[in-house]
Amino acid sequence: MAENLLTVENITLRFGGVKALTDVSFDILKGEIRAIIGPNGAGKSSMLNCINGFYHPQEGRITYKGQTRKQMRPYEAASQGIARTFQNIALFRGMSVLDNVMTGRVLKMKSSLLEQAFYFGRARSEEISHRSKVEEVIDFLEINAIRKTPVGRLPYGLQKRVELARALAAEPELLLLDEPMAGMNVEEKEDMSRFILNVNAEFGTTIALIEHDMGVVMDLSDRVVVLNYGEKLADGTPDVVRSNQAVIDAYLGASH
Amino acid sequence: MLYREAGDFKTTYAKDQALIPIRQDRVMLYIAIALALLLPFVASDYFLGSIAIPVLIMVIAATGLNLLLGYCGQISLGSGAFMAAGAYMAYKCATAFPWLPMPVSIILAGLATAMIGIAFGLPAVRIKGFYLAVATLAAQFFLLWLFTHVPWFVNYTMSGVPTPPPATVLGVYVTGADAPNWAKYLFVLSFTAFLTWIAYNLVRSRIGRSWMAIRDMDIAAELIGIRPLWTKLTAFAISSFYCGVAGALWSFCFINTVEPTAFDINRSFQILFMVIIGGLGSILGSYFGAIFITLFPIFLNSAPAWLGLDIPGDIITHLEFMIFGAMIVFFLIVEPNGLARLWQLGKEKLRLWPFPH
Ligand SMILES: Nc1ncnc2c1ncn2[C@@H]1O[C@H](COP(=O)(O)OP(=O)(O)OP(=O)(O)O)[C@@H](O)[C@H]1O
Ligand SMILES: [Mg+2]
Repeated sequence: MAENLLTVENITLRFGGVKALTDVSFDILKGEIRAIIGPNGAGKSSMLNCINGFYHPQEGRITYKGQTRKQMRPYEAASQGIARTFQNIALFRGMSVLDNVMTGRVLKMKSSLLEQAFYFGRARSEEISHRSKVEEVIDFLEINAIRKTPVGRLPYGLQKRVELARALAAEPELLLLDEPMAGMNVEEKEDMSRFILNVNAEFGTTIALIEHDMGVVMDLSDRVVVLNYGEKLADGTPDVVRSNQAVIDAYLGASH
Repeated sequence: MLYREAGDFKTTYAKDQALIPIRQDRVMLYIAIALALLLPFVASDYFLGSIAIPVLIMVIAATGLNLLLGYCGQISLGSGAFMAAGAYMAYKCATAFPWLPMPVSIILAGLATAMIGIAFGLPAVRIKGFYLAVATLAAQFFLLWLFTHVPWFVNYTMSGVPTPPPATVLGVYVTGADAPNWAKYLFVLSFTAFLTWIAYNLVRSRIGRSWMAIRDMDIAAELIGIRPLWTKLTAFAISSFYCGVAGALWSFCFINTVEPTAFDINRSFQILFMVIIGGLGSILGSYFGAIFITLFPIFLNSAPAWLGLDIPGDIITHLEFMIFGAMIVFFLIVEPNGLARLWQLGKEKLRLWPFPH
């Protein structure tokens, strides 16, 4: 029933002698929440970086929305509806929450430099129409009270939420979340889980999620791909993956 | 008059997005405009010609550098040279096309300087920080060398230091030796006001947010879809445009000569200090910086006389360097947002006054 949104085939990514990814293939279906898990250094972040064109794999193919390429480019990925959050928060620290989220809509704004300089025509109408769209996202993530605060002054958990807001403002088709709950307390994790599920349910956004907390992964995701030392170890529903012997070994081996 | 945000509720986002959302700020702006327009009637000719005009011109240059450095995060030590470019281009324009209205010549000079700025901004695509500073320093020396050694730029004038041609606006001389100070003041003021308005528009639009995004986290900005090349080059172009216009006005409405010494490396540093002391990333800060850096030496020179002290001139010059140096270190380390931030803190205190909790 569901069609393919993204397929990566035989991706190999090297940094000098280090192989971050070796011959990894999997697919992401439209509308699903796809978890990517694995021990530290398994290549999870590198995989997301390949998908949105920040890293360029030496081998393999990436098919997104029916179009196959060897590598993505960041601008192309963004303009084709791929948005992401980062493992280490990458907000614009000197800007307010509102400006950060507004920046997420940069590709949807078309006014010319001259219109912006004189604040007339599309520059003015876009500021107003996009602001109301951004306010919807701000409402949705319940960050109304902090909209004028410079993000550098916010606590860690809220910064993660603002980063999600900035990604959502782009109205992405594919949302890449790199450890959105790392360093959060239980309550914050529950909030974040709720937001992720709501994004998926209300907007139909396809989500690729990297997460270390197994409980969260099992609850949220439709399917899980497991990486270990840059190679794919397992792929399937949470139940299948959880009972996979290789996965159990990798996790025991990694954490002890 | 109390400064209040409370009670001044916005009912639409459009109102919240107005240029100056708080009513008291708007009132203050109107007062400032009225004072600026009344100044020629009350101020002495000396004040207009030797203080008000250079301050207003330097506000333009400082705003230009602030857009580049404070908003887009790209360092430039070539602002002086870009001012020079504006001065020479305006001279070429005004002499080659004498029928052009003077404001048009100055704008054209700004546009030509923007092109030069783009050329020297190209390295910013690849390099950052210290290396970019050195590259722009190269622009500073190369451009000044060019203007001094190629006689075409001064129309082969024997002295090498030509005088800007006189020109009128609405029948009154605004450039040249015969122009009255009040007319030059109003001419410069209209440029400063106009370019301040443009700067405010830019920083609250998409381009301003893109600049700040590049400044704060260039990788994330690129992954969102902001094109670093285009974004940095527009910052260089617009910043150079501002410096070019400032340089043209400096030559045409202030010193009344077109000469390279007015735009040497010291000028670049002066503009940089205005931005740092005034406040990185604040247009209002450019005003504070330009006023402070221009007025402070004058104050230092006359203060001892007021107090009946007799301090030799060279000591005062040393004092000036020491105080500026200390202030720059202070602002860089303690308060990168400069005087503008102190101003804002004052307002925040006032906003809560008299109940701080
Ligand atoms: N830019 C880079 N340059 C060199 N090596 C890199 C780079 N990025 C990642 N690597 C290497 O690639 C491997 C995979 O790293 P990656 O960050 O993808 O792991 P991860 O699964 O996200 O780990 P973690 O759970 O710690 O975030 C690591 O060995 C890392 O050192
Ligand atoms: Mg990672």
